[in-house]
Amino acid sequence: MSGLQDAVDGVLARYAMAIDDDRLEDWLELFAEDCCYRIAARDNVEAGLPVSVVYADGRAMLADRVAALRRANVFEAQRYRHVVGRALVEAGPPAAARAGYHVARIMREGDLMLFSAGEYRAVFDEALRISEMTVVYDNARIDTLLALPL
Amino acid sequence: MQEQPQLPAWPGPGLTRVPYEVYRDPALYEAEQERLFRGPAWHFLCMEAELPEPASWRTTHVGETPVIVSRDGQGALHAFENRCAHRGALICLGEGGRGRRIQCVYHAWNYDLEGNLRGVAFEGGIDGAGGMPAGFDKARHGPRKLRVAAWCGLVFGTFSPDVPGLEDWLGPEIRARLARVLSKPVRLLGRHRQMLPNNWKLYVENVKDTYHASLLHSFFTTFRLNRLSQEGGVEVAGSGGHHVSWSRMLTDRASDDYEKGGLRSHKEDFALADPRLIRGRDEFGDGVSLQMVTVFPTFVSQQQQNALAIRHVVPKGVDRTELLWTCYGFEDDDPELAELRLLQANLVGPAGFISMEDGAVGGFVRRGVAGAAGLAGVVEMGGAGTESQRGRATETSVRGFWKAWRAVMGL
Repeated sequence: MSGLQDAVDGVLARYAMAIDDDRLEDWLELFAEDCCYRIAARDNVEAGLPVSVVYADGRAMLADRVAALRRANVFEAQRYRHVVGRALVEAGPPAAARAGYHVARIMREGDLMLFSAGEYRAVFDEALRISEMTVVYDNARIDTLLALPL
Repeated sequence: MQEQPQLPAWPGPGLTRVPYEVYRDPALYEAEQERLFRGPAWHFLCMEAELPEPASWRTTHVGETPVIVSRDGQGALHAFENRCAHRGALICLGEGGRGRRIQCVYHAWNYDLEGNLRGVAFEGGIDGAGGMPAGFDKARHGPRKLRVAAWCGLVFGTFSPDVPGLEDWLGPEIRARLARVLSKPVRLLGRHRQMLPNNWKLYVENVKDTYHASLLHSFFTTFRLNRLSQEGGVEVAGSGGHHVSWSRMLTDRASDDYEKGGLRSHKEDFALADPRLIRGRDEFGDGVSLQMVTVFPTFVSQQQQNALAIRHVVPKGVDRTELLWTCYGFEDDDPELAELRLLQANLVGPAGFISMEDGAVGGFVRRGVAGAAGLAGVVEMGGAGTESQRGRATETSVRGFWKAWRAVMGL
C-alpha cells in the first residue's frame, strides 16, 4: 500500500509542479488518452448539478485548452504556487484518491492572493496516468478569471 | 441628507462620451443604489426553476440590498428585503430554505412568506416582566416589500410603486427574444460565481459592446473558425436600456461545414484537436447561434450556441462586482444535447474560451483611469445615436445604456 501511496503522491506532485513551472505540455502527459478532467464548484458538485467551469472529455480537449491558453486567450501574466496535501488513497490498484490543495496566484506586478482551495478527486489507470480528475474548489467565487488549470 | 452627487458636465456630442467618474465616484454609487436599484426599474431576482416548490425561499440582491424571494403555500411569488424589522440583521443566512415561517437568528422574530412580521419572541415578556409595549403593532413593522412579476420563468422585482408593469418595462422585442430561448421547462445545470475588480457598469457595457467581441476574444480567429460568414445585428429598446445582439453562423446547418470553414486548416497545429465543443445544434430552428439580451440595468440572457445562461450583475462596492451565472438546459434535452451543453459551457463562464477576458477588462479600465478625473471615454462607433443597427462594429447599445442610466439618475 505504501508503494501506491508514494506513487499517487508522486503523480500529484508532478501535476502541481508542472503547472507552477508553466510546463502545461508536461502536465498533459500525466493524463490518459481517454481521461475526463473537470474543475467544478463544490456547491454544484454537492447539489448534483453537472456544470463545470472547465470540462475536457479526453486528452485532446485538454490539449486544446492548453493550446488556447498559449495562443488565443488574453490574460495578465500570472503564475500559481500549489501546495498539495498527502493523498488519501481510497482504492487501488487502480488507485482512486483525494488530496487537498491550496493555490496561490501571483500576478506579474507582484500581488499574491490565495486564489483557490479545494480537493483533487483523482482516479488513475494501471500505468498511474490520470484517467479522471475532478478539481472541486471550495471558494465559491472565482476572482477575475480562471485561466491556468488548478 | 444624502449629498447630491457632483458630475462634471457630460461632454458631447450626443451620448458619445462617458466621464470616467461614473465608474469611480462613491457618491454616484450611493445615488445609484437609491435612484436605480431602489428606484423605478425592474431587477432580476431569480429563475422560477430555482424556486420550484411552494413554501420555500431564496436569497438574492437588488443592487446591494439583500432580498428574499419566496413562494407562499399556494405557489405565489413574493419578495421583500432580507432585513429584520427589529435590529436590521439578515433574516435568512445562506441560499434559502423551506417552511411556513422565516426566523431571524438574532432574536427569533419571524415572518411569513409574504414578508409580514408574525412573531416577536417574548412579546408578552417573561413572568410578566419586560416584553413589548401593548401598543406595538406588528403590522406596522416589517421589511420593505417589492412588487414581483415573472416573464418566461424569469422573476423580477421592484421597490417602486410607480414603474410600469414588467411586460411594459421589457417591451415586445425583448419579450420575444427572451421567449425564444425560454419557452420550455428549464433544467438547472449549475452556477458560477465570479468577482470582478471593477464597477458594475463596466461589465454591463462589455456585454452590450459588440465591437470588442472579435477583437478581444481571439479563440475563434486563432483556431481559424472565423471564415464562417456571419450575419447579425444589434437592436436597442426605445429607452436605450435593453438590447439584443445576435449573429447567425451561416454554416450552422451542416456540421461538417465547420471543418470546411477552418478546422482543416493548412496549418494543422492551429486546428482544434477535438472540435466537438464548437459543433452546435440549431435547437431553436432559426440558425441564430449567438443571442445576448440585456435588461436594464443588470440582467443578461446568454445563448452562445447551446450554452444557455442567465448572468446577474451584482454591485458589491464602487469597484467590486459579483457576476452570478446560472447555466440551464431544458427538461426535454436528449442525452446528446445535455452533454453538448456541458461541453459548450467551456466557451463561457469564468474560464470560458471566449469570455474569460471579460472578467479582466473592467479592471484594466479601472486601473487605466486612476488618474483621469475630468476626462471621458469615447463611444462613437456607429454614430452618436441609439438606434438598432446591422453588423457588429457599433457601440449603439452602449450609448443606449447611458441614455437609460442618465434618465433614471436624473443626470
